Amino acid sequence: MKGLQLRGINKTYGNVKAVEDVSQEIHSGEFFTLLGPSGCGKTTLLRMIAGLELQDSGTIILEGEEITALPAIRRQINTVFQSYALFPHLNIFENVAFGLRSRKVPGPEVDKRVKKTLEMLELGQMTKRFPHQLSGGQNQRVALARALVNEPKVLLLDEPMSALDAKLRAQVQVELRRLQQKLGQTFILVTHDQDEALVVSDRIAVMKDGKIIQFGTPVEVYESPKNKFVAEFLGTANLIEGTYHDGQFHTELGIFELEKPPSWKKGLIAIRPEWIRISDTKPDKNGIRATVTEMIYRGTNLDLWLSPGPIRLRTSTYKNIQIGDQVWLDMAPKEIAVLNE
Amino acid sequence: MRKINLLVSITAICTMVFLYIPLLSVAFFSVNDTKYGMVWKGFTLDWYLKLFQNEMILHAAWNTLVLAIVSTIVSTLLGTILAIGMDRFPWPRKMNTTLDLILHLPVIIPDIIFAAAMVVAFGFLRALSSMFEPGLLNMIIAHITFQTAFVALVVRSRLVSIGKEVEEAARDLYADTTYLLLKVTLPLLMPGIVAGAMLAFTLSLDDFVISFFTAGPDSVTLPLYIYAAVRRVVTPQIHALSTLVLMVTIIMVICMERFTRKVNIK
Ligand SMILES: Nc1ncnc2c1ncn2[C@@H]1O[C@H](COP(=O)(O)OP(=O)(O)O)[C@@H](O)[C@H]1O
Ligand SMILES: [Mg+2]
Repeated sequence: MKGLQLRGINKTYGNVKAVEDVSQEIHSGEFFTLLGPSGCGKTTLLRMIAGLELQDSGTIILEGEEITALPAIRRQINTVFQSYALFPHLNIFENVAFGLRSRKVPGPEVDKRVKKTLEMLELGQMTKRFPHQLSGGQNQRVALARALVNEPKVLLLDEPMSALDAKLRAQVQVELRRLQQKLGQTFILVTHDQDEALVVSDRIAVMKDGKIIQFGTPVEVYESPKNKFVAEFLGTANLIEGTYHDGQFHTELGIFELEKPPSWKKGLIAIRPEWIRISDTKPDKNGIRATVTEMIYRGTNLDLWLSPGPIRLRTSTYKNIQIGDQVWLDMAPKEIAVLNE
Repeated sequence: MRKINLLVSITAICTMVFLYIPLLSVAFFSVNDTKYGMVWKGFTLDWYLKLFQNEMILHAAWNTLVLAIVSTIVSTLLGTILAIGMDRFPWPRKMNTTLDLILHLPVIIPDIIFAAAMVVAFGFLRALSSMFEPGLLNMIIAHITFQTAFVALVVRSRLVSIGKEVEEAARDLYADTTYLLLKVTLPLLMPGIVAGAMLAFTLSLDDFVISFFTAGPDSVTLPLYIYAAVRRVVTPQIHALSTLVLMVTIIMVICMERFTRKVNIK
């Protein structure tokens, strides 16, 4: 069996349940992301996979082999730490070579593998420098090289971009995604940044209070959030409360038609701001008459607040809209996400 | 505001003068070409030369060095091991404050109490073996006892500033305990260990109280010799000796300062 399996993992600190009953399969070669707010147990889960922390209960299986009780040095798993944790007394070459030297890999092979990895991450010119002489972005790549040179079966990354500025971060996300696809290695990333998760991942697991509450492809978790938390954590959502009867969803804003009947009588639907269209004429389904109360110009798009609601709307193909204008909102049934929890 | 600044500056200068006048006057009389009196009679290095012809002083200097070097080596070793053990062992949280207290006690206890306790302890040990008659061995053991706490404190603060993440990274990169210690912990800890050793060495060099209570007739050190000599009569030779000891201490302190600054910049 390939990949990594987590079965019933629990970890408690004092009376804090840091990780609670997590069972998750991570496929071989996929970019898997643990996404959740700070303090939800992401780092703790990652550390248990690395073998740096011992779980209270549960089983971890790597490529069909149980590694639950193995210490970190016996697991073919490497980590990129949040603070990078580079060795300040070693130069870049020796930092990257560390994992090979500690396993007594012969010198010439160390040379070859370290050089190759440094070239791949465009650090070829830096070998003689020390971590404190490098920029944040370069140190981040050194941390990546130091882990990747060992060809781990799983690479763990704990918020590796949190120390980078926004512009660099966006660039590094794309590079990290490309790197993972080129290598075809299993990556598990921890982040609290939903954009980052959407950009890099094959699959995302959304965590809250130590539990995984939803997992799936970026499209699945973004477009079909299971509950209010996921809908709001991944971007913004208009949440509309109401009751379902006679084949229709009745709310304060009006009556909506849904694609599929929900499993409940009373509940929530979510519509993302960019899913709503503005129309001059009344749409044949789910049309709502609303007034623009606030506008924010963002260059690539325009954010509107409308009453009743308030409803948030984001559009990139706007015409001349003014505050106070009355418009028709088109919320087509296929654009409406039904929250099932 | 200006006036207050002026006042502060003047006070500071006066304090400096107050602190250094006694030391400077000792240095001054150590090169004054007269045996008695307070009047300048010309420059001489005779008193320094005479020092090196005085068998007792040379013997005391030898004792001081042996005591300082041996006790520093042993206490640096013990203090480092103690610090690593205290910081890296997963003690329960309650235990931590107790350990902290235990480590700080020898540092804050007055020397005289510590020395008296040593006398009692060696009294017991003497009943077991005649090895523990007052003398150099007792002095070395006593010095090690208080130096170890100082070394452990310095090394521990360095350990804390290194943090645990680098060591976790090393373990994640397949380092076993020996490899981790040799390639990561000790190299990173070295500035702390050296600073601790230098502190221990200076403390031993200058110690009077604890040496006084544990020394035997044959193990007089320089501080003890100076004390005994001053009680008889203060000669320029003693001034010369004091000045030398002072200079060695100052050099040690400057080295320590330089060293820690260099490490901090790095
Ligand atoms: N070593 C520890 N001792 C006590 N509590 C801890 C420890 N590590 C983590 N926790 C607690 O466990 C919870 C999850 O922490 P963590 O896994 O670091 O969250 P995240 O990485 O998602 O921000 C938090 O409530 C945190 O306070
Ligand atoms: Mg974390």
